[in-house]
Amino acid sequence: MKRIFSYILGLTACATQLHAQETVYPAKPQKGLIYLKNATIHVGNGQVISNGTIGFNNGKIIAVGNNVAIPADDVKVFDVQGQHVYPGLIAPDSDLGLTEVESVRATNDYSEVGEINPSVRSIISYNTDSKVIGTLRTNGILLAQVVPQGGLLSGSSSVVQLDAWNWEDAAYKADNGIHFYMPRLMPRGNPFGAPSAGPATDAVKVAMAQIEGVRTFFREAKGYLQETKHTATNLKYEAIKGLFDRSQKLFIHCDLVKELVVATDIAKEFNFDVVIVGGTDAWLITDVLKQQNIPVILNQPHSLPVMQDDDVDQPYKTAAQLQKAGILFCISNDGFWQQRNVPFNAGTAAAYGLGKEEALSAITLNAAKILGVGDKTGSLEVGKDANIVVSTGDILDMKSSVITRAYIQGREVSLEDKHKQLYERYKYKYGLN
Amino acid sequence: MKSNPLPAGVLPVNESKYRCLSRITRLRYKAVYGVIGCMLAGFTAVAQETYPVNGVAEPKEACYAFTHATIVKDAQTTLQDATLVIRNGKIVAAGASAAVPKDAVVIDCKGKYIYPSFVDIYSDYGMPAIQRRTFGGFGGGTGPQFISATKGAYGWNQAVKSEVNAAQLYNADEAKAKGLREQGFGIVLTHQNDGIARGTGALVSLASEKENKTIITEKVSANYSFDKGSSTQDYPSSLMGVIALLRQQYLDAQWYKTKPAAEGINLSLQAWNDNQPLVQIFDANDKWNAVRADKIGDEFGVQYIIKGGGNEYQRIPEMVATKAAFILPLNFPQAMDVEDPNDARFVALADMQNWELAPSEPGAFEKANITFALTTADLRDVKSFLANVRKAIEYGLTEQRALEALTKTPATLIKSYDKIGSLDAGKLANFLITSGPVFQENTTLLQNWVQGNKYVLKEEGWNDIRGTYALQLKGATYPVEIKGTSAAPSLSYLGKDTVAGKIEVDGKLIKLSVPLTKDGKQQLRLSGVIGSDNKWSGSGVDEKGNYGNWTASLTKAFTPKVDSAKKKEPLQLGKLYYPLSGYGFETMPKQEDILIRNATVWTNEKEGKLEGTDVLIRNGKIMQIGKGLAAGNARVVDGTGKHLTPGILDEHSHIAISRGVNEGTQSVTSEVRIGDVVNPDDVNIYRQLSGGVTSSHLLHGSANTIGGQSQLIKLGWGVNAEDMKFRNWDGFIKFALGENVKQSNWGDRQRIRFPQTRMGVEQVLVDAFTRAKDYEKAGPGKRRDLELDALVEIMNKKRFITCHSYVQSEINMLMKVAERFDFRINTFTHILEGYKVADKMKAHGAGASTFADWWAYKMEVQDAIPQNATIMQRVGLTVAINSDDAEMARRLNQEAAKSVKYGGMAEEDALKMVTLNPAKLLHVSDRIGSIKAGKDADLVLWSDNPLSIYAKAEKTIVDGIVYFDREKDLELRARIASERNRLIGKMLGEKKRGMPTQRPVPSREEIYHCEDLQGGHQHSVLEDARQEIK
Repeated sequence: MKRIFSYILGLTACATQLHAQETVYPAKPQKGLIYLKNATIHVGNGQVISNGTIGFNNGKIIAVGNNVAIPADDVKVFDVQGQHVYPGLIAPDSDLGLTEVESVRATNDYSEVGEINPSVRSIISYNTDSKVIGTLRTNGILLAQVVPQGGLLSGSSSVVQLDAWNWEDAAYKADNGIHFYMPRLMPRGNPFGAPSAGPATDAVKVAMAQIEGVRTFFREAKGYLQETKHTATNLKYEAIKGLFDRSQKLFIHCDLVKELVVATDIAKEFNFDVVIVGGTDAWLITDVLKQQNIPVILNQPHSLPVMQDDDVDQPYKTAAQLQKAGILFCISNDGFWQQRNVPFNAGTAAAYGLGKEEALSAITLNAAKILGVGDKTGSLEVGKDANIVVSTGDILDMKSSVITRAYIQGREVSLEDKHKQLYERYKYKYGLN
Repeated sequence: MKSNPLPAGVLPVNESKYRCLSRITRLRYKAVYGVIGCMLAGFTAVAQETYPVNGVAEPKEACYAFTHATIVKDAQTTLQDATLVIRNGKIVAAGASAAVPKDAVVIDCKGKYIYPSFVDIYSDYGMPAIQRRTFGGFGGGTGPQFISATKGAYGWNQAVKSEVNAAQLYNADEAKAKGLREQGFGIVLTHQNDGIARGTGALVSLASEKENKTIITEKVSANYSFDKGSSTQDYPSSLMGVIALLRQQYLDAQWYKTKPAAEGINLSLQAWNDNQPLVQIFDANDKWNAVRADKIGDEFGVQYIIKGGGNEYQRIPEMVATKAAFILPLNFPQAMDVEDPNDARFVALADMQNWELAPSEPGAFEKANITFALTTADLRDVKSFLANVRKAIEYGLTEQRALEALTKTPATLIKSYDKIGSLDAGKLANFLITSGPVFQENTTLLQNWVQGNKYVLKEEGWNDIRGTYALQLKGATYPVEIKGTSAAPSLSYLGKDTVAGKIEVDGKLIKLSVPLTKDGKQQLRLSGVIGSDNKWSGSGVDEKGNYGNWTASLTKAFTPKVDSAKKKEPLQLGKLYYPLSGYGFETMPKQEDILIRNATVWTNEKEGKLEGTDVLIRNGKIMQIGKGLAAGNARVVDGTGKHLTPGILDEHSHIAISRGVNEGTQSVTSEVRIGDVVNPDDVNIYRQLSGGVTSSHLLHGSANTIGGQSQLIKLGWGVNAEDMKFRNWDGFIKFALGENVKQSNWGDRQRIRFPQTRMGVEQVLVDAFTRAKDYEKAGPGKRRDLELDALVEIMNKKRFITCHSYVQSEINMLMKVAERFDFRINTFTHILEGYKVADKMKAHGAGASTFADWWAYKMEVQDAIPQNATIMQRVGLTVAINSDDAEMARRLNQEAAKSVKYGGMAEEDALKMVTLNPAKLLHVSDRIGSIKAGKDADLVLWSDNPLSIYAKAEKTIVDGIVYFDREKDLELRARIASERNRLIGKMLGEKKRGMPTQRPVPSREEIYHCEDLQGGHQHSVLEDARQEIK
């Protein structure tokens, strides 16, 4: 593979150096001005600047546009002619760092015992030394929301940046939200035969009772929090304080229409800042979601249609339907290592009705807004963190995109990863270049 | 406790003699006595000679003559004003001029119809209840069970119960018998419906007599199924395993005839052989299983009678082709309660269509001239049987064929027409007396005689008392009219006004209230009897309360109103689709001659990518590639701005498979064949066509070291399994290594099966091939072993391996094992560490089929890298990218493109990884995989560069047939919406009319990955994702 990078001042050439995994270091804080010029800049808010320049200093973007004056001294300038500059991509729903090897129990730290665990914090498990993280950076994913699972209220998530020594460094926004996994509101059949009858097996009733249990928990917490003095401290109630003052979001994981309706009702009752995670069937009730102003972290488009009668491309086009309805949404991908496919999921949504820049917003600015970090990142605008990715081509298309540079808070992060290193090792073995 | 030593009707005076009877048995007596009440004079039971009599013996011949009846001797022969004579439980004569014997009790059947009682040849009447296991295989929660738990000198597999005899298990069940008699049945062929081979079925009557008398024939049938029933043994866990087991049983039974010393006594095989002369009945229970069963039969020279499941109407040509006779259930589905639109969403159109069309099954069989019998099997409630027969008639079955399907046909199928099935002399006195033609809605089944025993089904209505009567009381005459139905008559007084009164008939007793005035203040209250001359008499009071005798005699007979054609709505049914799926075809698309003009053609040949080029296809083949080609009669498709590629071939797929991709219950299962269980109805076929896939290599899973034989298919949508199979194809087989086969991630209970380590995996392989080598050398008379046959084929280079593998050590090992036995591994699949040993694979001659970028999901994929394909390709291997996933297969082109991104592979080489290279790996590159004159017209027209994320397949062509067309797809979506709407409306109507409905539950799809066990899984949204966090 031959890619030509043209550097002015050729100051760094780290991409050609190979470090062993353990000597790939988190980057040091940005020192001095950096400019990328002659780029096609995709701002993340729909705007595209051809032949533009972006400058950043001390981790913040200081200039973006066509006519950016570049100072003469103490500046690193990179001519990225022909390349594309994007905001760092965001994986909005992931167990990244909470697991290393899916099938090895000892590495799984995403699911606690119990149904109501709002005080559990995913950030504590987040392993900055996971070998997976590098493989995401290499594809332009620079931020992720790491989400706990298990039970009904499974704990708080945090937004992390993907180049850190430890979880404290990684925390981009700690405890940004509480996650509620709503039980499925769908009748169940016997998978191997005739539908089972009778109320005893009514999964919907059981689920509704569970949901009512969660609502009761919210009501009791509300009461508890209105009184400042307590003889005994209830950590679970304390943990959701932020929901009531809307400093934290309630992420409700649900997919089907009835579940979405219940979710909007919860938002109404408690005046919570609710986000839907999943939303597979959200396309069926866009008006309700729009009316309630509830954003959606959409399930990965690379999914099968739910029902055999569904349009064969339904999961591909749901994003476009939400866009058309005016719903704030972003696009997610299951899992942890799979997050490197986030841009291609957005690409598929673009192929099926979403504009390319809208698709980009769905993995950058809109994701940032939904996760509560829209003021800091998600777009290439002055004042925001310099979370920047440079690609040889359209970042949404695997055919044409290779990431050449990435900056998190202005720090040029390593684009080494375990895979590239093994690649090099065996190219060496076979004498390939 | 199964013996009932009492002739019915004899009270057990000597209690001590029966002290061993269980409470349950006594309760059963109660039930029997309960019946005696309504048996009246018809009770003819004769104690058996060997049984002691408690009291005075009562020998009798029980001769009856039924006169003046309309006798339907069989479906072809109806005799008017005829007489039926029976004696000792057998028919003596039936005819217009049949003589009435002197000792006969004469029963006047004027106005009545007499039919042969019905015959059900698929029943488990009188059999013990079976504890069925829902999930087969892998030991449930208890750890694996490799060998049968049946005690005794029986065979190795617990699901093969050929030694079971229904006659020995039979225990008459009066409650069930009554239910069946009420629906017109007099006799059933019953068997224990448990297991794959279920032993023999016995012909038993439904008379409430001692079992000794009601077993008519001890062994009539040998029964089989695809359901392992109560067997707790792991093998077989999959449908293909069941089929393999059946095959091997036929072979073993043949071999057992030579009395092999090594086997000793095997009562199961002995019984299997003994049962072969009987009627062979297979419970297929599904249209495709019917085809599968018939195919097994063909292999071993057996023609089964196939018991259907109710969906066979969807594939009538295939049913005809089996040449089998069928036993059809009438288990028509209930409408679903679709009032809640958000629940209705999860009911597939196919299920709604099946609800609408299922009652047309018997009629469709009649039209197709397929021999069939009807059964009560699978009904939710046996009481719905006759109503469902009527429904089938309404949906196109003729009454004559319905009657045949309940009498002569089943009797003939089980070679018992000499005993049952018509009213010919010498047959069992099993007959029905009805008030009219048996299948008419308002006909009452009055009596069902079984073996000469009378069972009154409905007392009321035997005498039709309707008409106008002159009622006389104390000198006055009151005209009254009896109307209503014969079973439920109503009375009105024809005075100045017509005033409705009341009449109650209880057998011969009659009770009348006759109001003389409208206000009902004056009325006659009378009771009495209906005389044998049909004159009524009794005593009662007049309107003043004075007692007196009364009589009534008929002045004018009732003339039934000609049913003024109760206007039935004409039947409006939707069309049958192929397959029955929202996206099915009403008419199958035909092979077309097509000229694709001015496209960018990715030839995969030395010409490379050709811009602005035409491709002509004719007769399913690529004819010509060039510029400005003449279209001739071919349809012209404009390819301007579009890309034409060979169809995508997925080297590793698990779509379109029924009931399990893994027979992982043993470490070596080379006898099982995916080809036996191809499922043409899987909607993923259509979905993958929409992603440009034209061929898929359907693999056994990776749960064991030597898995099953695979099947290469062409994606045909709407065709049957046989037509999907790739013709003249070298057979392949799936092997697997690593964590799955050593059960690393299956939990602590699964630590018993050998192997548990990679060392053990090698030994499994070496052992299997060593056995195969010895087997091949063994002389004549050896037991044919289907498992070893497949391995011998491998060693003789007639069958080729595609092996699931991850880490370098095991890849290396397998190649060494193969070399030791002088063959080669054709393909390593998954092969995520192939890049580490690509040179060794090259030297060995293996190819590779891998994932684009999967890793980290388990320990053995920790070193998987997305540059794997590139390295292997650069070292010189033939490399493919595969899916192992129904979703990913729809965008394999983009998965291939990831090698452009991660490894810098050339675009054309990347495309080859999902077209030409897998074709090479599967030895079919002479026919598919590139665009070259003479090759199969398996092509995809893309909207964009096929490696781009923005590329959509616009047309997918297989053998010149356009199976997917993005524009047609839009029409199908509209059709789905309107059909769903129509059927939901129809179901709502059903609910409004008060018909029973069932709760809607999500229609299920079978989706599989390599590691999935029997059940597969549903869409993640439909499964409880909370339970199963990945």
